[in-house]
Amino acid sequence: MSPSRLSSLLIVLILLLFAGSLLIGPAALGPLDGLKGLFAGGEEAAVIIMREVRLPRALLGLIVGFSLGICGAALQGFLRNPLAEPGLIGVSATASLGAVLIFYSGLAGASMLALPAGALAGALVAVLVILAIAAGNTTTLTLILAGVALSSLSGALTSLALNLSPNPFASYEIIFWLLGSIKDRSMVHVWLSLPLMAAGWALILSSSRALDALTFGEATAASLGTNLPRARLSIVCGVALAVGAGTAVTGAIGFIGLVVPHLIRPLTDRMPSSLLIPSGLGGAALLLAADIAARIVVPARELNVGVLTALIGAPFFLWLVARSRREAT
Amino acid sequence: MRITAKSLKTKLSGRTVLHGIDVDVAPGAVVGLLGPNGAGKSTLLRALAGQISSEGVVGLGDRSLDALSLAERGRLVAYLPQDRTIGWPLSVEKVVGLGRLPWRAFGKGLSPEDLAICRAAMEETDVAHLAARPATELSGGEQARVLAARAIAQDTPVLLADEPASGLDPAHQMTMMAAFRRLASGKRRAILVSLHDLTLAARWCDRIVMLKDGRVAAEGTPEETMTAETLRDVFGITAWIDRDDCGLVLAPTGLAGSP
Repeated sequence: MSPSRLSSLLIVLILLLFAGSLLIGPAALGPLDGLKGLFAGGEEAAVIIMREVRLPRALLGLIVGFSLGICGAALQGFLRNPLAEPGLIGVSATASLGAVLIFYSGLAGASMLALPAGALAGALVAVLVILAIAAGNTTTLTLILAGVALSSLSGALTSLALNLSPNPFASYEIIFWLLGSIKDRSMVHVWLSLPLMAAGWALILSSSRALDALTFGEATAASLGTNLPRARLSIVCGVALAVGAGTAVTGAIGFIGLVVPHLIRPLTDRMPSSLLIPSGLGGAALLLAADIAARIVVPARELNVGVLTALIGAPFFLWLVARSRREAT
Repeated sequence: MRITAKSLKTKLSGRTVLHGIDVDVAPGAVVGLLGPNGAGKSTLLRALAGQISSEGVVGLGDRSLDALSLAERGRLVAYLPQDRTIGWPLSVEKVVGLGRLPWRAFGKGLSPEDLAICRAAMEETDVAHLAARPATELSGGEQARVLAARAIAQDTPVLLADEPASGLDPAHQMTMMAAFRRLASGKRRAILVSLHDLTLAARWCDRIVMLKDGRVAAEGTPEETMTAETLRDVFGITAWIDRDDCGLVLAPTGLAGSP
């Protein structure tokens, strides 16, 4: 399939899912009333539901999904490893830890921005640690190991915060947030995260040639004129910005960045660069679809979308591992 | 374009691998780099490609390699490493097309001229008939030829190839060497290629550089360098050496007794 045709198809799919996300919800609101509330105003309840509840939710599904998809494709290309995913460099875990510390310290009540700010600060710490490691002339393997170590440490500290949590209500809040959701977010969250994510997307797209050259390993990539240290920085910072900003407003949503590049890759020429944008679009479509499903699977009790993506993603991951083992033997 | 190294010294994790090497590969020449395992052949090629830092000077024409940007190096020196990684199931055509990266502007695809260069490179190493196949599904020898075509398509005045003929069948070993000779002819390219097959080196290379323990042990034409003495001193072997109309024929016959 040609790249432009693939992207057009994915955009059509996203538009359908976006519309679905706007029109489906627990509030009894007909599609026409909903659209009227969104665009023209009218009945106050409809306006509030559409503009302040469903629109931010759908927009976050779009941009967070896009970030997860493009970051997954970038990291898989960069590491030449089809099992890589955005959480790998430790950003998701440290961002979660930052948010958990805000809950724990009770600052979450102070301002609605305290939580995303804490998560962003956590992501920033991860970036600084990774950059300090990447600044020395290091290999890609060192980066992965540093990411794994960082993730484990953040996970341990998050558990510690849960363990020491002053009241059960705080623990409940923390756990609920860790499950990942794009529900009950406002347009402020969209405006807060979008510029950071867009900067991340730009950094990743600027390294697309390096990703292609890395198909042959680092030595050949360098001989093709690739500035590897710069490409490494761009990709790590790009992923940290996009995923860090996403985690800051939605909590951890796993597996989309892992699964989407696999679904999209067979539809492309398999060049890492031609996977980036279709993978972002595919991530947006998958998160929007998962978020709609989270609303309707158990109507009485809405699921967290992070739980749903993990439920679908983890078996898929197992299947990938099994398949790559078969191919290796 | 001439590529030269003057008293090149290289350390890898604290151990000196190259102890002051002088090499000179002129345009039009195919120079064979021989030596036992661990003699420093790959390290020398990597140092000449600017992949590892070393003391001494690597010169490209009348400029120093250090003075060139990475992008300029990509248009002047192609490097074919021993590591034959192909990370994704790209088609052979796409793999070879990536050799054009240093020549392409950001966001631009391959021009008709690029495609013609790739096609010619694929014909040089006899992989044109595999163009549409996923490169990862080919045999090891075929992959090696595809990657060599990738380096040839880079269309640089200097080509450094690390054991491009290993794992190839005899016909394709000679196809590869013949391609190098054609590419070098008319002073178009300077080619330095490391080899293990003595007869292949003797018959297809203009000059030979023999390394031992990080030093140049012999340098000159195949006749001058591939003698019973040097083969014993450098490789520790005895060999049957003969010649026919086209050059030397060498067959290792045994291990030389320790001196």
